[in-house]
Amino acid sequence: MKVVLKNLTKKFPPINKKAAEGVTAVNNFTFEIPDGKLVGLLGPSGCGKSTALNLICGLLTPTSGKIFFGDDDVTELPPERRGVGLVFQNYALYPHLTVRQNIIFPLENLKGKDKLTKAQMNEKALEIAKLVQIDSLMDRKPGELSGGQQQRVAIARALVKMPRVLLLDEPLSNLDARLRLQTREEISRIQKETGITTVFVTHDQEEAMSISDIIVVMKDGVVQQVGKPQDVYDEPTNLFVAKFLGTPPINVFSGCVKDSKLYIGEDFVLDANGVSDREVYVGIRPEGFVLTESGKFNCELSRVEVMGRDISVVATNAHSENPTVRAIISAENKLDLAAKTVSFDLKPNKVFIFDKTTEERIK
Amino acid sequence: MKNNNLKAWLYLLPALIFLGVFMVYPLIDVFIYSFEEGYNFASQSYYGTGTYNYSYVLRDPYFLQALKNTFILVVITVPLSTCIALLISTGLASIKRLRNLFQTVYFLPYVTNTLAVGLVFMILFKKTEYSPGLVNAVIEAFGGVGIDFIDGPYWAKMFVLCFYTVWVVMPFKILILTSALCSVKQDYYNAAKIDGTSKFRIFRKITLPMISPMLFYLVITGFIGAFKAYSDAVALFGTDLNTAEMNTIVGYIYDMLYGEGGGYPSFASAAAIILFVIVLTITCVNLTVSKKHVHY
Repeated sequence: MKVVLKNLTKKFPPINKKAAEGVTAVNNFTFEIPDGKLVGLLGPSGCGKSTALNLICGLLTPTSGKIFFGDDDVTELPPERRGVGLVFQNYALYPHLTVRQNIIFPLENLKGKDKLTKAQMNEKALEIAKLVQIDSLMDRKPGELSGGQQQRVAIARALVKMPRVLLLDEPLSNLDARLRLQTREEISRIQKETGITTVFVTHDQEEAMSISDIIVVMKDGVVQQVGKPQDVYDEPTNLFVAKFLGTPPINVFSGCVKDSKLYIGEDFVLDANGVSDREVYVGIRPEGFVLTESGKFNCELSRVEVMGRDISVVATNAHSENPTVRAIISAENKLDLAAKTVSFDLKPNKVFIFDKTTEERIK
Repeated sequence: MKNNNLKAWLYLLPALIFLGVFMVYPLIDVFIYSFEEGYNFASQSYYGTGTYNYSYVLRDPYFLQALKNTFILVVITVPLSTCIALLISTGLASIKRLRNLFQTVYFLPYVTNTLAVGLVFMILFKKTEYSPGLVNAVIEAFGGVGIDFIDGPYWAKMFVLCFYTVWVVMPFKILILTSALCSVKQDYYNAAKIDGTSKFRIFRKITLPMISPMLFYLVITGFIGAFKAYSDAVALFGTDLNTAEMNTIVGYIYDMLYGEGGGYPSFASAAAIILFVIVLTITCVNLTVSKKHVHY
């Protein structure tokens, strides 16, 4: 089931009379989620991603705009008639019911011709429990499960009705690092096996990049960029997206373009054909540096962090927007640790130029 | 370790002394009195020991009347007040505007003096030479026949007593249940809503189990409180409760000690022990039942 959002806007009224204006949590969203894809809504906290999710599932009604599931306009439908499954950030499993009862709960609500017998319900519950691999825990209470297991139960409960769209709100934020890695693969696997269009919300870019088919980067209620993770990483449309994606984060410098040449301070680093003269921000991915003695771009070496496969060169530059510049280079490079300065050449496809005022990418 | 134990006991000492002097010692004393026949406070003497006090009390028509009254009161008021309180607090929890106002209004009886409330009930129900009482006035206005609720037939008096008790115990229950309802996380309701759960099913399957510990607490304290009822009856029917057929067990105990025909601490003690056993039994039954239905 594809999901289409058209000019979706949600304004919250002012909290009290003193606050003159309300908050626009979601501002004029327009994008399409293709059928059967896993989509990550990504942004810093407070950017409206959870609001967007609640709009899709129907717990909130939009101020304006439309939501379509396939060709059905579901904007006015209450959540229970949209056919969505939602996994809450804290799972919201009913603590007084067993895992089985939790999973069956949505099925027991079915009425009329959809009504199932007890045996059918149990069968469905077991089937879905096997899919998320909790079939051995069916008679436990949520309080007796680990965080990861609770997460699976929550997913099972959301999936048991075979929703048209599965929504996950910060599905991994309550798990420890190791479990997070495991669970995100699990989510990806379950999504592929069921083929249900899935939208999940996260503030962790690594999480979003690793499992999403498509990511939607948001900031202050506005969609910044939609695309495949690699495409968004390789071709960010603005400085915010460039900064938000990637660990370690992108290095940002202030520079300028003069006579189609890009300068950072005094250093002429790259050709910038077709760009008119102006002040710019230069973003360089950590992997965009090539260590060369005759390199055009010079920094003061601070220290070197060895990570085995790579080494991370930490340096400073007077024109850097961040306190340090971090370059990741292959461990095969030989680096003189006693040297005061370090010189790099830059890989052109890892360098992005942004307008200094609009912060939009200049191509 | 030993030193620590000593310290712990030292800290507990003040509480232990108070409990011992004012709770444990009197309890044992009452137990002993109840087996001493014809105990006299002044001379500290008695004729003999045995179970005569119990057999006397259990055959005393006044005690049996009190027992009956107390049981009727418990059986009617505890479920009724809890259900109405649940209904009102569910309403309160689901409105936003004026919630504080209503909460205050519902809480007022709790801070009002028992006798003052009794006076209000007198005005509502008592028939005098000058007025039939407010409730009777209403009944008569609709063409009914007025009843004397205070000095009239037994069921009318019992009705007033139950009405009064429900009204007095409700505020505390509303307060507890409203806060219990508010503490149920919205996420559970949202989750149920997305699954298309009906309102009634949400209430029965989610709300009730979630607030069951509080509900259980209210039922237990409600039972105990109703068994100990006395001042309510006095506020409505005066101190001569035996004549009014409106005595309660605690009232009987009081009368045996200090009442007009009083001065029988042995009989009072026996009645008190009987009450204690009843309350203990009921509470144990409650605890057993709760194991199945209360979700902590």
